[in-house]
Amino acid sequence: MKFLFFLLQMDRRIVFVLVALAVVAPLIMPLNLPIVVGDKVRRLYDAIDQLPPRSRPVLVSVDYDPSTVPELQPMTLAVLRHCFSKEVPVIVTTMFPTGAGLARDAMETVAKEYPNLSYGTDYAYMGYKPGYSLVILGIGENFQATYPSDGYGTPSSKLPILKNVKNYDDIAIMVDFTASAAYEVWIMFAHQKYGCKVGAGVTAVMASDAYPYLNSGQLEGLLGGLSGAAEYEKLIGAPGTATIGMDAQSIAHILIIVLIILGNVAYFATRRHREPAQTATPQQGGSA
Amino acid sequence: MTGMELFWTWVAAFLTLSIYSFLYKDNPFYKFAEHLVVGVSVGYIFTINWHQGLHPYLFNPLAASWEHPYNLLRVIPLILGLLFLLRISRKYNWLSRFTIALVMGIGCGTAIPPTIETRIIQQTKASMINIIDQPSLWAGFCAVTILVGTISTLIYFFFSKEHKGVLGGTARVGIVFLMVGFGASFGYTVMARISLLIGRLNFLINDWVIGTWNFIAG
Repeated sequence: MKFLFFLLQMDRRIVFVLVALAVVAPLIMPLNLPIVVGDKVRRLYDAIDQLPPRSRPVLVSVDYDPSTVPELQPMTLAVLRHCFSKEVPVIVTTMFPTGAGLARDAMETVAKEYPNLSYGTDYAYMGYKPGYSLVILGIGENFQATYPSDGYGTPSSKLPILKNVKNYDDIAIMVDFTASAAYEVWIMFAHQKYGCKVGAGVTAVMASDAYPYLNSGQLEGLLGGLSGAAEYEKLIGAPGTATIGMDAQSIAHILIIVLIILGNVAYFATRRHREPAQTATPQQGGSA
Repeated sequence: MTGMELFWTWVAAFLTLSIYSFLYKDNPFYKFAEHLVVGVSVGYIFTINWHQGLHPYLFNPLAASWEHPYNLLRVIPLILGLLFLLRISRKYNWLSRFTIALVMGIGCGTAIPPTIETRIIQQTKASMINIIDQPSLWAGFCAVTILVGTISTLIYFFFSKEHKGVLGGTARVGIVFLMVGFGASFGYTVMARISLLIGRLNFLINDWVIGTWNFIAG
């Protein structure tokens, strides 16, 4: 009984230490737990994988800021690597000012791994463009008028990759990586209005909100959180930071599940031994 | 890793640990890091908007308006934008309402039709799938679950009649679906927070500790 009371009154800082240990230990000593690829990730992979080399470009929008980099940057890198490995042209942009550096960094990181591909022909960075929904609508009318120059200041007319890109008809698929509801804006305008295929990579917090769009076919595929990134890394055969983090993720989840179960067991087991005021639920509080 | 990279890695590690020190209790290191984040974020966003927004789409076209007279039309959004700043003036803040009205009008006009189409019509359509004509038994079960979940949850939010009898029973089924939804959201939220922790600890272990060790070891 003492232990159960200890659990109920446990200092939250002990939980912090336990979670930190659960994360650090697998990072130092990897367990290599299996990663099972889900249907929602495979759908996005298949949509990109079926594109032939030098096909219509894939539009990637990096709509997140540094606070969600651990989740979203690995999936951005994985999708870019997939496109680059298949020589599918990629256009990278961002609607977030804080995403500008991240988008460029992701593209340049992957570009270094594929020296056979050249900037302007196989990939392009369009930079940050203010206006959001108006920009998404603008791409549907005239891509080059919306983006008169790329992120480095080169006129769009001088980029061969954009030569045949007039609007969404010339985009094979767009993939939005975001920690917000930005993917819904892409669905609303790019997909519903112009019929462009849309895929999304979102933080785990956002994933459950995105499922209805997957079910309705408005999203081609969905990467949710670190696990989504790890699954994509597995599909392309290039393990990265997401794969490394999945062991820690699993162990931390087990710890949290155990803590939740213990907390509930302790709560119900000690119910009779506590004062009535302590056992009262918020709803009962008034009458207790 | 160069000496400069190592220096910035140490700065990042110091700031990460400063933020995490809040888990023990509030302290000056945390306050310093918190204020630094706010200041740097505002400065960064302003700079990006200045160089990648105002310069290429306003200042440069206006400067070239001798050659392209149509560019002078950009003076209109410039004036509207400046009117926005009059919010800080007690005497002239009413002028900002023109800009706000314009932004709201355009925003509503462009957003309402696709919102209805995307979030209501398409979602309703997706819930109306033929539950008999499914590729597998599991797919059929999922279709039925979606149908029952949608209807019972909608009934739970129907407040024009007391939740008794069939209505009450269906609403209770709706509550179950809502709880499952909340549980899934909570699970995903835990996953997201742990992911962020993994990212930071991965940085501290590999970039900071091991990176420093490798630098010293040569």
